[in-house]
Amino acid sequence: MPDQVSMLIVDDETSVRESLMHWFMPEGYRVETAGGAAEALDKLRDSSFDIVLLDVKMPGMDGIELQKRLREIDGQLTIIIMTAYATVDTAIQALKQGAYDYITKPVDPDDLSRLVRNAIEQRRLIRENLSLKEEISSLISVDEIVGESPRIQEMLKVIQTVAQTDVTAMIQGASGTGKELVARAIHFNSKRKYFPLITINCGAMTDTLVESELFGHERGAFTGAQYRRKGKLELAHKGAIFFDEIGNIGSKTQMDLLRVIETKRFTRLGGNQVVEADFRIISATNRNLEEAVKEGSFREDLYYRLNVFNIQLPTLKERASDIPLLVNHFVRKFGTAMNKPFTGVAPHTMEWLKQQPWPGNVRELQNAIERAVVVGKPPLISMDDLPCPVNWRSSLEAEEVLPLAEVEKRHIQLALDRTRGNVSLAAQLLEVDRATVYNKIKKYCLSY
Amino acid sequence: MILLLTIDFAGEIKPLSDQLEARFRTEVAVSPCEFDCRAFLDQQRNQYNSSAMVKRLEQDRPLSVCKVLAVTGLDLFIPVLTFVFGEARLNGQCAIVSSYRLDNRFYGLAQNPALLQERLLKEAVHELGHTFGLFHCHNPECVMRSSTYVEEIDYKSSRLCGQCSDRLVKC
Ligand SMILES: [Zn+2]
Ligand SMILES: [Zn+2]
Repeated sequence: MPDQVSMLIVDDETSVRESLMHWFMPEGYRVETAGGAAEALDKLRDSSFDIVLLDVKMPGMDGIELQKRLREIDGQLTIIIMTAYATVDTAIQALKQGAYDYITKPVDPDDLSRLVRNAIEQRRLIRENLSLKEEISSLISVDEIVGESPRIQEMLKVIQTVAQTDVTAMIQGASGTGKELVARAIHFNSKRKYFPLITINCGAMTDTLVESELFGHERGAFTGAQYRRKGKLELAHKGAIFFDEIGNIGSKTQMDLLRVIETKRFTRLGGNQVVEADFRIISATNRNLEEAVKEGSFREDLYYRLNVFNIQLPTLKERASDIPLLVNHFVRKFGTAMNKPFTGVAPHTMEWLKQQPWPGNVRELQNAIERAVVVGKPPLISMDDLPCPVNWRSSLEAEEVLPLAEVEKRHIQLALDRTRGNVSLAAQLLEVDRATVYNKIKKYCLSY
Repeated sequence: MILLLTIDFAGEIKPLSDQLEARFRTEVAVSPCEFDCRAFLDQQRNQYNSSAMVKRLEQDRPLSVCKVLAVTGLDLFIPVLTFVFGEARLNGQCAIVSSYRLDNRFYGLAQNPALLQERLLKEAVHELGHTFGLFHCHNPECVMRSSTYVEEIDYKSSRLCGQCSDRLVKC
């Protein structure tokens, strides 16, 4: 590792030195320790370091004096002072003398790792000789999106274009068409790919929950908030945030979101410290949002902010020629995962699969194949392995009085659709436990 | 072989042991820990010193096992930091993970046993990964990404990314 970060930890307490060393080693840093001033100076004369973590209070020479001596040896050294509450004054003195920052013990692990990361970043920027070569490695390939139909090929081109810009994108498509996959493809092919893609599923949450998830909260913001909690916007810093089912957010959240998009600044619930975050927004909806705008249930200004670049996903029916490719992809995927050597599906079965309407789109097809791989016997998937008629979900007619069991079945399916097949979330929405949901799925042959 | 030692752990250990068995494709044995953990309690902080515990685990390690992972319900810390979710020695034999701050109830939220189990698995795989010599990974979905916030644990998967699993195979 030619670019390895090196760190020297100076503290008179062995336990502090050792535990910090072990805490930083997994970062891939070269970590050395010194128990006192003399040892620290020796080590710095022997080899160079990027960062020194320096305890301000040590017997022999105080940290401020040691800081000065260390700097005499290496003027570029980044020094972070560690202090107990009692010696904040000393720390301030250290800052005046050019320390990078100081921490008071004990420090939140998140704060310490961020501080060190920022220090490293700053050093990197300063060293101008380091050319910022873009790494060619791609963490996720668009290959995950399977299909050769013209609609899909066109969509892949659009994804590549959008990924290379920082523009706000909105993905529109029926449920199960793979909106999240497209969001992932955009993110992981963008220059933000080394930072997280944070998903917030607006369909499964109440408006107040969405707010607290988005903005986070301070300690004591409401009953039970014992600790500060970062919101998703904050976690998405430098990365992207994906709003799934954006059409479901209420008017208050719409307004707050609009403000955040405009300023990229917000406060945590119950707090007044302004947090700044830099994120890209990708949203998805299965509703026709333009209709919602006309009806007045979705803000027009927010709609235009979110819909800068629009990507329309075809339904599976519109790309039925991709079905064999998809089926074989899923058979391979689940076959490998479950260690069942399937090679494909029986010919007449493929014909049948191609003719189904697939109202739940690719997700429904994927679930059907997954089940078939579970129950089927290799090497070929046959009709018998596809247990339920896939298109049981006939159109819902509101006026019709249905048998109670049918209502239950449809209602549970609705919860599963809303939560994108997340059984735990569905159980929460239905206010029953997960086992109950699983039993009903089995009983009614639901797809999820 | 991996040995799972429970230290003041009230939850069920079986699901974790099964999951680790599948992940690392090796036998996983479970046993309660024998030493008295009160020795590692910091009275003032009311937390347990994880570095000292890992050191002790290294001393007590039976020679027949490859890795030891202690699973505890106790709140862990290392000096200087307010808490840790767990600790491991890079390329070492022993690691520890705590469920204490993985539990939603700690943050004033409703209990969620499935989420807790998922988080515990991720942290267990992560710490064991360190003992196999894996560093922190920048892939946002890789289990070896470092998480200092419980929400960050939720955003990574419980799996190693391609690069990390390649590295693990080489070990
Ligand atoms: Zn780690
Ligand atoms: Zn990785």
